[in-house]
Amino acid sequence: MIAILIRDLRLGLRSGGGFGLGLAFFLIVVVLVPFGVGPQSALLAKIAPGILWVGALLACLLSLDRIFALDFEDGSLDLLATAPVPLEGVVAMKALAHWLTTGLPLTIAAPFLGVLLNMPDQGFGWLVLTLAIGTPALSFIGTFGAALTVGLKRGGLLLSLLVLPLYVPTLIFGAEALRRGAEGMAANTPLLMLAGITAGVVALLPFVAAATIRINLR
Amino acid sequence: MSFWEYANPKKFMQTSGIFLPWFAGLAIVVFVVGLVWGFFFTPEAENFGTSVKIIFVHVPAAMIAINAWLMMLVTSLVWLVRRHHVSALAAKAAAPIGMTMTLIALFTGAIWGQPMWGTYWAWDPRLTSFLVLFLFYLGYIALWEAIDNPDTAADLTSVLCLVGSVFAVLSRYAVNFWNQGLHQGASLSMDKQEHVADAYSNPLYVCIAAFILLFIALVLMRTRTEIRARRLKALQARERAA
Repeated sequence: MIAILIRDLRLGLRSGGGFGLGLAFFLIVVVLVPFGVGPQSALLAKIAPGILWVGALLACLLSLDRIFALDFEDGSLDLLATAPVPLEGVVAMKALAHWLTTGLPLTIAAPFLGVLLNMPDQGFGWLVLTLAIGTPALSFIGTFGAALTVGLKRGGLLLSLLVLPLYVPTLIFGAEALRRGAEGMAANTPLLMLAGITAGVVALLPFVAAATIRINLR
Repeated sequence: MSFWEYANPKKFMQTSGIFLPWFAGLAIVVFVVGLVWGFFFTPEAENFGTSVKIIFVHVPAAMIAINAWLMMLVTSLVWLVRRHHVSALAAKAAAPIGMTMTLIALFTGAIWGQPMWGTYWAWDPRLTSFLVLFLFYLGYIALWEAIDNPDTAADLTSVLCLVGSVFAVLSRYAVNFWNQGLHQGASLSMDKQEHVADAYSNPLYVCIAAFILLFIALVLMRTRTEIRARRLKALQARERAA
């Protein structure tokens, strides 16, 4: 399973810009917002938590269809499914690899983009914390969505339609915890809810995603 | 004689063929009674004016919107566990009806909200969770349309329905936490404080019964259509093979 993780990490980092694309997209979304709403720094500081979370979520979404599509096309997904390792483990490793190549870089890059949006100083810690806790949930939910649409020709658009409603609770709790933290209020409740969602999703969705892949490969 | 006999498409078609006209006819009669009673023979409420009468469409449509998803959840489970095709097709048949009811609830709510709250839309927990429910219906229907193999489609949509239910409930409570709303509490409740006045609740019960009958009739009709479409496909495939 470690071998699968390393293989996916290598593929994610080397094959044709998939790795940098998410980060670049995140940067562009965040840069476009001030052009749209105007340069008033008070307004930007107020909406910064929401923008950063929505931007990170969309950047995560961008690379989801790569999780299984290439392996499905060249047949290596069939091999992985018949391999002696449990498919649930393979799916969990693929989700983890997706997080390491998108969620983690996004979390690290987010404070720099926060500066652009004039985030209050006390918000930066919360920004990194909420994204670090929340983005694994985005990767694991997205892996389930990718498993649903793996055999489809025009899966990309459908994938976003399926996954976005599933992202709603994560987004609400993540952005709310960050907003409260940035404004200096107590943010423990939404933060714990966010952590709960992530823990539940990481524990349960690999099983569902593996079942979906078995249906798709049948 | 067990309930599962109706999982046989032939048996289902026979029985539903007998019941469908009754449900449809009864739905029309109850609709006429409920809406006429509700629209013309109830007093105008204080502070609300005539607009209160939207309640006779708004509340039943919202109830059906949620319960249609519940029905899909149950039929999806039956399909996954017992592999009865009628069950999967019933879930497929119910989805567009549920989506339409969600839209009706959202639109009548907007029309009602304008004179009452001074706005068509607010990011209120109930309104927001209905919008999310609408997105879930959209995704579910789109997934059915996207997959060619009917058995794979039934499997995948069932899984989506199960996972979606969990996240729908989660979203419902997440938005609750996020924003305190404009929307009033439950219209029908054991709690006398919350419950609407009797003058409204009686015709409202009739309208709810009408919507339930309409829902049953529509689901039966659409399931029959799906079964016939499936048979047609099988016949075409056989003809091509011969």
